[in-house]
Amino acid sequence: MRIGVDVGGTNTDAVVMDGAAVLAWCKTPTTADVSSGIVAAIKKVLDDSGAATSAIDAVMIGTTHFTNAFVEGKRLLEVGVIRLGLPASRDLPPMVDWPAPLKQAVGDHCYLVHGGNEFDGREIAPLRESEIAEAARDLRRKNIRAVAISAIFSPIDDTMEQRAAEIVLNEAPDVALTLSGNIGRIGLFERENAAIMNASLADLSRTVVSSFKQALDSLKITAPFYISQNDGTLMTADFVAQYPVLTFASGPTNSMRGAAYLSGAKDAMVADIGGTTTDIGMLINGFPRESSVTVDIGGVRTNFRMPDVLAIGLGGGSRVRGDETVTIGPDSVGFRLTEDALVFGGQTLTTSDIAVAAGQVNFGDKSRVSHLDDAFISRALGAIHAKLEDNVDRMKTSAQDIPLILVGGGAVLISRDIAGVSEVITPDYSSVANAIGAAIAQVGGEVDKVVSYEEMGRDAALAEVKREAVARAVAAGAIPATVEIVEIEELPLAYIPGGAVRVRARSVGDLQKL
Amino acid sequence: MTRVTAKKAEPAMKVTLEDLEPMTRGAAFLGAGGGGDPYLGGLVARAAIEKYGPPAVIDVADVPDDALLITIAGMGAPTVMVEKTLSVEAAMIAFDALEKHIGKKVFAVLPVEMGGLNSMVPIALAARRGLAVIDADGMGRAFPEIQMVTYHVYGVSTTPMVISNEHHDCILIETRDGKRAEDIGRAIATQMGLNVMLASYPMTGRQAKQSAVKGTLSLARGIGRAIAEVRRKGDPVEVLLGYLRTTPYYNKCAVLFDGKVTDLRRETTRGFAIGHCKMAALDGSGDELEVTFQNEHLVARVNGATRTIVPDLVCFVDRETGEPITTEGLRYGQRAKVIGTSVAPNMRTPEALAVFGPKGFGMDEPFQPIEDLMEIKP
Repeated sequence: MRIGVDVGGTNTDAVVMDGAAVLAWCKTPTTADVSSGIVAAIKKVLDDSGAATSAIDAVMIGTTHFTNAFVEGKRLLEVGVIRLGLPASRDLPPMVDWPAPLKQAVGDHCYLVHGGNEFDGREIAPLRESEIAEAARDLRRKNIRAVAISAIFSPIDDTMEQRAAEIVLNEAPDVALTLSGNIGRIGLFERENAAIMNASLADLSRTVVSSFKQALDSLKITAPFYISQNDGTLMTADFVAQYPVLTFASGPTNSMRGAAYLSGAKDAMVADIGGTTTDIGMLINGFPRESSVTVDIGGVRTNFRMPDVLAIGLGGGSRVRGDETVTIGPDSVGFRLTEDALVFGGQTLTTSDIAVAAGQVNFGDKSRVSHLDDAFISRALGAIHAKLEDNVDRMKTSAQDIPLILVGGGAVLISRDIAGVSEVITPDYSSVANAIGAAIAQVGGEVDKVVSYEEMGRDAALAEVKREAVARAVAAGAIPATVEIVEIEELPLAYIPGGAVRVRARSVGDLQKL
Repeated sequence: MTRVTAKKAEPAMKVTLEDLEPMTRGAAFLGAGGGGDPYLGGLVARAAIEKYGPPAVIDVADVPDDALLITIAGMGAPTVMVEKTLSVEAAMIAFDALEKHIGKKVFAVLPVEMGGLNSMVPIALAARRGLAVIDADGMGRAFPEIQMVTYHVYGVSTTPMVISNEHHDCILIETRDGKRAEDIGRAIATQMGLNVMLASYPMTGRQAKQSAVKGTLSLARGIGRAIAEVRRKGDPVEVLLGYLRTTPYYNKCAVLFDGKVTDLRRETTRGFAIGHCKMAALDGSGDELEVTFQNEHLVARVNGATRTIVPDLVCFVDRETGEPITTEGLRYGQRAKVIGTSVAPNMRTPEALAVFGPKGFGMDEPFQPIEDLMEIKP
């Protein structure tokens, strides 16, 4: 049996699953210390399901904690940044385009030193070890405890980053180190940014991971626990303590993966309708389609692969205005729904009031919306559906009708057919799709590198990249026989001789011991 | 800093920090899918302007006939540039070395390619050197090879040219013609790390007046401003087309297609990334668009019929925001509008078409202006 937990900004959800069956689920408020909320949620589902803690094989946790902490600039460590690249890259030091508050939060401790590689693996300049040692000593003097190291073309060759790490640890054994080559892809700035973000979260990640551990210990759960990452696959707790940045977009991914699982649909649109917004994304072969644009987190450019999610101002708390022409949102009463909405005794007409008036759902005091006439209710419902319809259509990739899976508490708003959609599916347990997405997650491995088709031949080069991606999934805990390549992308590089092609491969497999 | 006395009553224009964002956006549009992401170039220009002040902008018409102008551009591979970033220092070294070789004081920096990240290199260098930058370039778009510029077409010699990099390697090249300069220069650039700065096309003010595509720096900024304004003004693409119609070169313009990417194939041929992008219409008509690109988009065909062909511009923009999309940013399933526009008249003469018309890219098809292909009324 597995336990899936989703620690959101507002709610902590938990489910207990036995194979494909959901045995119990619950929603509890997220607590300031995180851990007591998790304890409460897990305790509740264990009690409800009657499952023994000894029967739990694994606990999977999804959390938006690190994303929120970074965006808010709270509890971040100051970071020393050492870039190996001189004499190249001198004109653009690290963090040049960061928003001032975040730059201030992580400090501006940047060291440009000699090193890095050319596109073909040659050294730009030999490493000058004394420069790195001097930077490390300087950081120690400043009492900086987190260090990010980046090197030009480290995704092709990370030897220099590794050597620099040894030198830094030799001078300052206690610092938390992040090497850019371990996190990011080609694109020095974006990869370096990710490394700096990650380093800044080093303290928080240790605290959060240990609070997860404490929560499980206090429940006497000895099963291993995992945390979900951007692409919907799992990382071990120790790995997350080192790479918190990899959890940044796990929320929408888990919700979409959960929707796929609950509905059994592999290719479908998912609309996660919350209180304020609806996130719409496309499932392809059971995984979210990834965004192709540069992702900006709190104003910092990264090249993470994030699910391509369209957020629109439609939710259970969206305000309803107008009469002949009805408009929905984009503003919402948000978490004040249970005070401000008409059916809860408030003064604001919301989409939830319309759903209650139309008899789609029953909560609050229906008599408080009895003054709304049927024609108006119908127009308002029309406006709600039109808004979803338009945006589902925006996200579609072909004219063919496809299924639409509704998850989230706001799914009750939808009662009519949606144009361009073959069927609307509202699966059971859809309000805890996030936690279920975490519970069913697999482990994965990813490789992004430049290879020479001229030297190796395309087939041999692709085979090598795939082999590496599979090996990474196995190293992350996958059962070798279950690992498959789910994605491979080839991008020939303009102007570079030798048939250089950037190849990216992603693999996933089932977790051991389940 | 060179002071320029404007002949008109208005004060001399400068490239300020506020101009950079619209300029990079406009440059991305003019890149016609290629030219490299101007974002990094914009950062380099920003850093230079913050430190050294905004460079003045001069009309080609205001350059003395015998004044010396030198062009500056980055050369290499976009993938390498995103790792090693642009080196203004290397640009200085190449520029200064060419000035020294010619033995005459340079008057201003002349852009060569207003599409993509090379739009920003002259601005960064001009700021750093305290020189003015000329409001012109050699194409008003982006092209993949050194000789594919109006300077070359109208008789300006590509060489002497100097290539430099972050190591301060500095190589002076003299060749018989522009194509040889491209071939030799590219071989050297590869050896030097595929991220070099190139100072070339030294010319007089008189030559610039005869050969340049004028006013393109202002146009890049205007296009970028138009795109930035769309969010306030309704249909983004209509707003953008409305602006383009007021420009001297890009005024014959039309939406060629509104669709979704259904197929994307890329291959490497002759050292260039050649690609084909197919789109299906969103209106359910079954119409299909195919765009062929070699770094930049070369030709757009709808149901097999040519709608726009190089050197006219084919640009993908986001349907919702009007933001330009580069070929590297294209993804299966993406929704976009494809816009075609005319280019400057001196880009469409027989001499110009011989260099960068369809034949220059190995296509066995004559150039036809977009206004004929799309039946756009004057």
